Amino acid sequence: MASYTVTHQKARAFYDTYERKAELQNQTHYCPGCGHGIVSKLLAQAIDELGVQDRTVLISPVGCSVFGYYYFDVGNVQVAHGRAPAVATAVKRSRPESIVIGYQGDGDLAAIGTAEIIHAANRGEPITVIFVNNGIYGMTGGQMAPTTLLGRKTATSPLGRDAMNEGFPLHVCEMLNSLEAPVYIERVALGNNKQIMHAAKVVKRAVENQVKGLGFSFVEVLSPCPTIWKMQPVEAQRFVRDEMAAVFGLCNFRDRTKEAQARPARAASPALEDLPRLLDLGNGSGEDAVAACPPQELDLRIKVAGFGGQGVLMLGEVLAEAGLDAGYEVSWLPSYGPEMRSGTSNCHVRLANHAIDSPLVSRPNVLLALNEPSLRKFLPAVEEGGLVLYNGSEIPGDCVRSDLRMVALPFTQLADELGATKVGNIVMLGALLEATGILEQGRVVGALKRLVHPRFFELDLAALARGRGEFRESASDDYLWGV
Amino acid sequence: MQKQLTKGNVAIVKAAVLAGCRAFYGYPITPASEIAEAAALYLPRAGGVFVQAESEVAAINMLYGAAAAGVRSMTASSGPGISLMQEGFSYLAGAELPCVIADIMRGGPGLGNIAPEQSDYNQIVKGGGHGNYRTLVVAPDSVQEMADLTTWAFDLADRYRNPVVVLADGFIGQMMEPVEFAARATLPAAPGWAVRGDAETRKNMVTSLYLEPDILERHVRKLEEKYKQAERNEVRFESWRTEDAEIVLVGYGIVGRILKAAVELARARGMAVGLLRPITLFPFPTQQIRELAKHAKAFAVVELSTGQLVDDVRLALEGRAPVEFFSRVGGNAPSAEDVLAFVEHTFPGSLPQPVAVRQEELIHG
Repeated sequence: MASYTVTHQKARAFYDTYERKAELQNQTHYCPGCGHGIVSKLLAQAIDELGVQDRTVLISPVGCSVFGYYYFDVGNVQVAHGRAPAVATAVKRSRPESIVIGYQGDGDLAAIGTAEIIHAANRGEPITVIFVNNGIYGMTGGQMAPTTLLGRKTATSPLGRDAMNEGFPLHVCEMLNSLEAPVYIERVALGNNKQIMHAAKVVKRAVENQVKGLGFSFVEVLSPCPTIWKMQPVEAQRFVRDEMAAVFGLCNFRDRTKEAQARPARAASPALEDLPRLLDLGNGSGEDAVAACPPQELDLRIKVAGFGGQGVLMLGEVLAEAGLDAGYEVSWLPSYGPEMRSGTSNCHVRLANHAIDSPLVSRPNVLLALNEPSLRKFLPAVEEGGLVLYNGSEIPGDCVRSDLRMVALPFTQLADELGATKVGNIVMLGALLEATGILEQGRVVGALKRLVHPRFFELDLAALARGRGEFRESASDDYLWGV
Repeated sequence: MQKQLTKGNVAIVKAAVLAGCRAFYGYPITPASEIAEAAALYLPRAGGVFVQAESEVAAINMLYGAAAAGVRSMTASSGPGISLMQEGFSYLAGAELPCVIADIMRGGPGLGNIAPEQSDYNQIVKGGGHGNYRTLVVAPDSVQEMADLTTWAFDLADRYRNPVVVLADGFIGQMMEPVEFAARATLPAAPGWAVRGDAETRKNMVTSLYLEPDILERHVRKLEEKYKQAERNEVRFESWRTEDAEIVLVGYGIVGRILKAAVELARARGMAVGLLRPITLFPFPTQQIRELAKHAKAFAVVELSTGQLVDDVRLALEGRAPVEFFSRVGGNAPSAEDVLAFVEHTFPGSLPQPVAVRQEELIHG
């Protein structure tokens, strides 16, 4: 018992003087009889006894305990209302050796910060949270808290808390006890000296768990607020002991400290010179450098369009990747989001031997239409003299434009003949390469190798060859377009 | 290093890690999700932290914790998520914590849609949170700038101890272009003011709370001076064919690219049109725009919002030249041809002449 005797000696984890206000350097801002002073003292003693003052970071909340940093001679971070568990999460993950202690009241933790405390607990963040429950908003002058007892009159429940209107007092320990990850959950009270001495043990355990590297530890402290409750301190203590504890049962809800595994240390950080490799940077093609000078004059403005699932975006990406490899300036701009999963999909691809201004292709000189709606939608915008490849046996009569070079081939059907509908896009790519003479075969093969799953690589090569062949057979002698 | 075809959202993460970012706290949202996905892959590889938070509110407050602990850290979101983060923006600026936030703008208000817009301008550039603060804002127009400006954003954040926003639209986030990344990775030491949970930093404190009016005023004045310093030193912009321009188009991000194409179309028709593209939105290139008004007869602002950037252009010009406005919203973007048609329609033949007397008054007023 000796180590828990309440003494009048100041804990070392407290500052010698509290420089909150020049004229009040020897006292806290807490009211006479307030439980916060006691909880602070128990916490400071625990920090002393565990020898972790240098390592401790206290997260001060919003509410009566907002000024924790004036009292605790530890690293201090003051945070927004309710967000202490989120901030504590990141401090702990940033500095795993630190001892991070969140200190929150009931408005802060159980109302505005409900999401943050539940998820920090659920992730099992190896931090310590001290939750001071006095059933009221103290700092703002006595408004109802989620923990206010039924029937209690407050500034915002002037007729008394009514379950039909304001719901029931929120039981945070019980709620957290439904989660898998927490290691230690206990509710204590400051209703008399015996309860306070037990609270001292529990607060120390909760910090000690963290020192041992165990998981999330949570202590709820039922605490008197005589000023706002309009009670004498002794009466307030009785209220805690008899009435609050009757609603919020005092209990160790969970102690898994024996089974809990300490979190494994994070792997050592890699050397800085390894980072480019770890970021998948460097030369994917395995060749030394992109061709210094673009081989030819080029300004391809390509629109690829079709149904989601036809490989529209991939077709565009292979073009851009191969174009970059060949030394061109390139851009690839997709339609994105849920559109990709159904309905139509399209992308804009540009290849040029000069800097690309807009990556949006509003006047394409190449349209790759994988279905009829796409042909109809984008055909009017195609520039005079442009090339249209259409996935079908013939161009619909009302879509024929005499100022364009239009070629219809059943790319999907050709892909089916190769045994995989999904390579219809690559068959079309083969036809495009054949039609335009852009991009050496090797560049395109290299791009496919980098972008497609190895399982489909051979199939894609066959599709590419099929597209070239079909185009050669279907087109007239003067098919070579535009370059 | 060789150029690599990279998606805008992924380029942000790779550049961030190379710049020493070792913490990412985020929440998925289209069209920014690839940032969180890439961070989930690359941050742990680099010995850093990735956490998928329970909300954007939690994510931005986790950023607060990581920054307080002295770690270069970032998050990313889009309009609806950025709205939720505004509380954190204010606290981060108030507590003088450096961090980088990417906003890949989508259509709004409300759930809007997931297509690109530029309608978060006011929220980001003017400050959507409470109190007297600013965020520094950089606006990339290409995937290369997504990388380069992210790198710079981390330096700016540290230098000014303030959040820096990479403000891009869905186009820039989703598109792929060749990128040359920084050849060398850096990892700056933790700053001396950070709370690291050790003896050396035990006396350190991070807070945005200053209860005494005189002390808070001093703090706010200090922040104000930082922002003025940024206005003096950090303005970046691109001036494109403005030397002889009679009409100056103004736009940022993807619109800057479209306007470049529009300038070429207009020039081909013999119109003296140029482009001023702000790269920093705060600090804003006020002086540079004002300077152009000495020879330009009119300005035309184009943006993917109903008029947010245009206010800053008007403020910069203070009536020195007329400012016309053209926009598309909802996820639509004007084509270069649309912009050309707007310019031709708005400025037919001779251009409006500014009133000389009025200009004199305003320069001195």
